[in-house]
Amino acid sequence: MAETTTFSNATQILEPFRGVKRVTIEEYFTSGHRTCQGCESALVMKLMVKASGPRTIVLGSTGCMYVANTTYYTTPWVVPWMHTQLGSSGSAALGTAAGLKALMRKGKMKSEPINVIAFCGDGGGADMGLGAISATLTHKEYNSLILLYDNESYANTDIQLSGMTPYGANTTFSPPGKVKRLIHTRWKKNMAGLMAAGHPECRYVATVCASYAVEMMNKVRRALTIGGPTFIHSLDPCPKGWDYDPMLSHELGELAIETGIFPLYEVEDGQVKYYGKTKAIIEGRARKPVREYLLKQGRFAHFVEEDLAYFQAKVDEMWEKWEIPAVVPFRRLDATKAALSAK
Amino acid sequence: MAVVTQAAPAAHEADKELLISGSEAVAEALTLADLDVVTAYPIRPYDTVMQAIAKKISGGQLVAEYIVAEGEHSQFEIVKHASTVGARVFCGSSGVGWMYAMECLVVTPPLRVPMVALVGNRALDDPGAFGVEHNDALVVRDVGWLLCWIDTSQEALDTTLIAYRVAEDRRVFLPLAISADGAFLTHSQALTMVPPKAKVDQFLPRYNRGDLLLHPDNPITVAPQANEDWVIEIRRQNNEAMARAVTVIEEAYADFRRVFGRGPENPWFEEYMTDDAEVILVGMGTISLPIKVAIREMRAKGKKVGLVRLRWFRPFPTERLVAALSKAQALGIIDRDYSFGSPFGSGVVANEIRAALYNADRRPPLLSFICGLGGREVTLEDVYKATDLCYAAATSGKSDPKTHWLGVRE
Repeated sequence: MAETTTFSNATQILEPFRGVKRVTIEEYFTSGHRTCQGCESALVMKLMVKASGPRTIVLGSTGCMYVANTTYYTTPWVVPWMHTQLGSSGSAALGTAAGLKALMRKGKMKSEPINVIAFCGDGGGADMGLGAISATLTHKEYNSLILLYDNESYANTDIQLSGMTPYGANTTFSPPGKVKRLIHTRWKKNMAGLMAAGHPECRYVATVCASYAVEMMNKVRRALTIGGPTFIHSLDPCPKGWDYDPMLSHELGELAIETGIFPLYEVEDGQVKYYGKTKAIIEGRARKPVREYLLKQGRFAHFVEEDLAYFQAKVDEMWEKWEIPAVVPFRRLDATKAALSAK
Repeated sequence: MAVVTQAAPAAHEADKELLISGSEAVAEALTLADLDVVTAYPIRPYDTVMQAIAKKISGGQLVAEYIVAEGEHSQFEIVKHASTVGARVFCGSSGVGWMYAMECLVVTPPLRVPMVALVGNRALDDPGAFGVEHNDALVVRDVGWLLCWIDTSQEALDTTLIAYRVAEDRRVFLPLAISADGAFLTHSQALTMVPPKAKVDQFLPRYNRGDLLLHPDNPITVAPQANEDWVIEIRRQNNEAMARAVTVIEEAYADFRRVFGRGPENPWFEEYMTDDAEVILVGMGTISLPIKVAIREMRAKGKKVGLVRLRWFRPFPTERLVAALSKAQALGIIDRDYSFGSPFGSGVVANEIRAALYNADRRPPLLSFICGLGGREVTLEDVYKATDLCYAAATSGKSDPKTHWLGVRE
């Protein structure tokens, strides 16, 4: 079958919401889920599809937002939704977008821009699914958004550590003991920076936090509008996994940003733009000490001063040593050193 | 619903005759079937089909999304998802590549995704080996894939068209893997009749995902979490779809013969000189060639030997096969696969046939052979040896439960 001439591969134009009062009232993620009290990831799902609107297909890889969120006979999804395997968010986005594109350009389906969003948790995205996401971000002719909801552990299976679990945290795979206080001594992956730096034709990468809901929705809208494959990393406080009172979810999200542990930014066509309190830090506001964030959470209750100091030093490095603060951990060679080594 | 085809094709639309390999024949069929999305990843020997499709696309004969994945897991996931929005899809692999995709292979049947895949049969690692063994495709025998084995380039082309007709039938909606012996078929050329598109359009309707289409106009939730409350019903639905495939396959072959004027009357297996056979040998794939040559040689010396070449392994043609085999005085099942620790240490096909014969009124002595692993040539001597052992069993009337490995260094 020949190609039709009317297909343009265009995206929906989703203008940013100008303030919370301008946000549309329709919900596409409603009752029926059974996530924990204070679950920020469930809020992220709600905001994500509120931002994308009804002409959207959502693919969900295995994780809390599948198992606890999407149960037979009680689906909360108003938009079409499909499960995909733990490491398959990238492939699900790519395959869905490719199927739609093939059918539309061959005239087998009515041509219209349909948003394709695949979400993954930190385990599914930053551990198992990294390769597939990376591949998808190189396929610039397919429009899709991959959203990583990062609650910093395999929270659905009993809180096991992932490549995104913070240094030293207590998980069921890293319980502090009398002989070994810290089992987990790896530093968390820099996912958004990794995706932005590693995929030159991915036009939009952003970090978000549901504590800042309008900004979060507008980044989703921008990612879907700009076209091609895009990536958003959301930090989602998790009462069960982080061990805190569920009423503190928003506050912990704010503290993650104010301490500089999690920066809010976007990289659009290679341009880095900082947002909110992250922007204030860049402009000179002091970061709050990391202990204010860490010691509110039971998963760090075993930390001693030495651990807090190490954590603080690593975060300081992000802001003081990285070439693009909190985004890209490269360091430029000192000009003098470079001149010496040239001899 | 059954698909009723229209009037017979006009006479002027003649077939083209091309000298092509099994892989190239599959690519011809995919072009005729107006494939929408295909995913490639390199592994020998199946990947020749992806090279052939790439040429069809760059040459303008086929308009399709051609995606080179970063591994077999993604390769199968991408087409799985493309199929759920209504695209006709194709995929494939070989040996450990097929195993790398295993998670995706098991989720495809319960999602009722009619993906068609080519397995270029290859030995599993380790050691790394390119030659044919059937264990790769056979690992999905229990999870809802339709499985068939082909023997020639012509059968490759014809079976690919039939595969879409069967898999995409709403009564079935299951994935289908076509197995082609690595090198012996994937890379061997033979004269092949390629039909005109008009005939194919009469035989093969468009893929219609129907009420399972994932689209904003049909906002369904696919594969929500279910446990003991629903999973067993979902499994039984899969089983019923597999059972319905029997009728759909028979309809498809009958219609294929009507539209194209060729193809077997019996879809399930080829019978070669079995009418008066005292000993019937059974195998799958290109092993038929040395067996047929040996049978002709042996018949010249007065031994009445026949061959049943099994085409369809899932669904397994139990009744028809039992009827064809139980008339012999002895059976020799030649597996190009293994199943370590299985009953009698036999290959997979031998044990399936043993199970199928259990309730038969007449059970001839059955001997199990394992032969040609890793692509080793199956020689005439191997076939003679197997046949001699079968004749001895026919004389004694007893099955020797031992599994015989043929053509192995001792």
